[in-house]
Amino acid sequence: MNRIEKVFQNLKQNNEKAFVPYIMAGDGGLETLAEKITFLEKAGATAIEIGIPFSDPVADGPVIQQAGIRALEAGTTLRGVLAAIAEIRPIVHIPLIFMTYMNPIMAYGIGNFISDASASGVDGLILPDLPAEEEEIIAPIAEKAGIEIIRLVTLTSPLERIQEIAAKGKGFLYAVTVNGITGARKGFKDELGKHLERVKEVSPIPVLAGFGISEPEHVKEMNQHCDGVIVGSRIIELLQSGELAKVEELIASSKIEEIKL
Amino acid sequence: MNAAYTLPDERGHYGTYGGRYVPETLMQAILELEEEYKKAQADEGFQKELQGLLKDYVGRETPLYFAENLTKQAGGAKIYLKREDLNHTGAHKINNSLGQALLAQRMGKRKIVAETGAGQHGVATATACALLNLECIIFMGEEDIRRQQLNVFRMELLGAKVVGVQSGSATLKDAVNEALRYWVTNVEDTHYILGSVMGPHPFPMIVRDFQSVIGNETREQYLEKEGKLPDAVVACIGGGSNSMGMFYPFIKDETVRMIGVEAAGLGTDTEKHAASLTKGTPGVLHGALMYLLQDEHGQIQEAHSISAGLDYPGVGPEHSYLKDSGRAEYESITDEEALEALQLLCKLEGIIPALESSHAVAYALKLAPQMKKDEGLVICLSGRGDKDVETVRARLGGKGQ
Repeated sequence: MNRIEKVFQNLKQNNEKAFVPYIMAGDGGLETLAEKITFLEKAGATAIEIGIPFSDPVADGPVIQQAGIRALEAGTTLRGVLAAIAEIRPIVHIPLIFMTYMNPIMAYGIGNFISDASASGVDGLILPDLPAEEEEIIAPIAEKAGIEIIRLVTLTSPLERIQEIAAKGKGFLYAVTVNGITGARKGFKDELGKHLERVKEVSPIPVLAGFGISEPEHVKEMNQHCDGVIVGSRIIELLQSGELAKVEELIASSKIEEIKL
Repeated sequence: MNAAYTLPDERGHYGTYGGRYVPETLMQAILELEEEYKKAQADEGFQKELQGLLKDYVGRETPLYFAENLTKQAGGAKIYLKREDLNHTGAHKINNSLGQALLAQRMGKRKIVAETGAGQHGVATATACALLNLECIIFMGEEDIRRQQLNVFRMELLGAKVVGVQSGSATLKDAVNEALRYWVTNVEDTHYILGSVMGPHPFPMIVRDFQSVIGNETREQYLEKEGKLPDAVVACIGGGSNSMGMFYPFIKDETVRMIGVEAAGLGTDTEKHAASLTKGTPGVLHGALMYLLQDEHGQIQEAHSISAGLDYPGVGPEHSYLKDSGRAEYESITDEEALEALQLLCKLEGIIPALESSHAVAYALKLAPQMKKDEGLVICLSGRGDKDVETVRARLGGKGQ
């Protein structure tokens, strides 16, 4: 069983919610990656989403764009990140999931990338520019190698399509909570809770909400309607400004049982 | 190829190229666009409205002009110019902008987003939006805004909002990134009028089809004037829309050489060029698999050309396919060569071509002498050079020499 499946099985048994932080590999230098991963694991992260920088990240807002630029300026490459992951993997127990765009993987060579990622201990892949229509270019090879493709569904995906997409994976379903790009937002659409519940109803795998989630209140709110959250831009900001206590607080907010009045 | 050419396939692929590499949020919008486009193609009313506008508003058909002086200068094949520069707004871009604006109207989308490089597509789109009373927002790289200030003002006069893009190289590539981000955020009421034969399916097909009016007219006009088909058609390539529009109606005529001319900038042996087909490798950018300028790690490189419209590090998926299949040939022309060709066309024919189109002129001047005198070639003169006069003046130090 893949690490992702296992970790969600445990959460379910303990009636807990998932918290998946996103970090940009190489932001602050690749040598800081191991430290960030171990910190986040210790703080209680369910899994970690590791961004591989790409020059033209069309699904990302300003914070992740800037993190990507910093990482590229620090000389970060996919090959380098894979080596860093291989090194830290033996002491990290939670799933590590790569998030990147198709082009860096294609330049590496899809087959080579999957076999190296598998050898390094990468558990999953999130590819925001790879909709279901194009996924056969990589999904069968990845899944054969034990790397889960984490698929995205959005507010514009019809329910039937969500059902089809959800049925394909064994990891979790990434429910995008806004029409738009990554980055903090003040609020969400009123219907979002209902939307997440509909997604959850048709999904045989856990549903995690992501995009725009930045505050403990958002985390608690989302967790009422799904199985956990993914937080990116806010984590990047907090790590950059060294506010580690706030990162811990954000992760902890997913562990506290909602007190119903 | 030839008689059996039916690309793209139903999934929007040209061989391995093309496809729909977009965020899931956009999938419904592009599936809807594909549906609606199919209906519009079969809808006589839609076709009639578009034809009417192309004739009475744009000023089509554009002339196919025999450039006798240029022909004498080159000393070989007869050179014809397809005068897309005479279209309303001064370039071929309006053919596509009008078509897509009508599509948006059909889909009930009253807001339009677009990217622009040289500003020609931005101006054409702002024009179509003014005509059809659609809200219009145009993303343009800051570097291009600097190079094309007059076009920025033209767009604003036409009622469009122009938003500068500072990220990356602050040129066309980055304007496309921002336009895509804007579209993802506003997809429910906004249509993206992509300006070239790139992006996710069905855009490369739709833009090609709307631009095919260029090649269709050329074919008929040439037949009428010469009683045969041309031996070669030559067009410049940034993303590749005027060239695809010129090539497509000739794809099955294997005797017609199709030659796309990329921008070699300071030279293809330097790092300052935009020759994606000549020097690039296949990869995914802006929703499609196509030839790209990229480093070994798959990071997109900055393109360079004196002409803002060719300053793009990729080239549409159908061109990528036509290169691999050998049906079309791709050459490149430097900034210097394009500038010389621009001046030559001014002096010999009294036509100021756009810097983009000057690349095609420059290559035709190399090609014609290698051809026989009873052969003929057509240059797609995709746009007029008024927008470039300032750039050219600065480059030539204020002299006409």
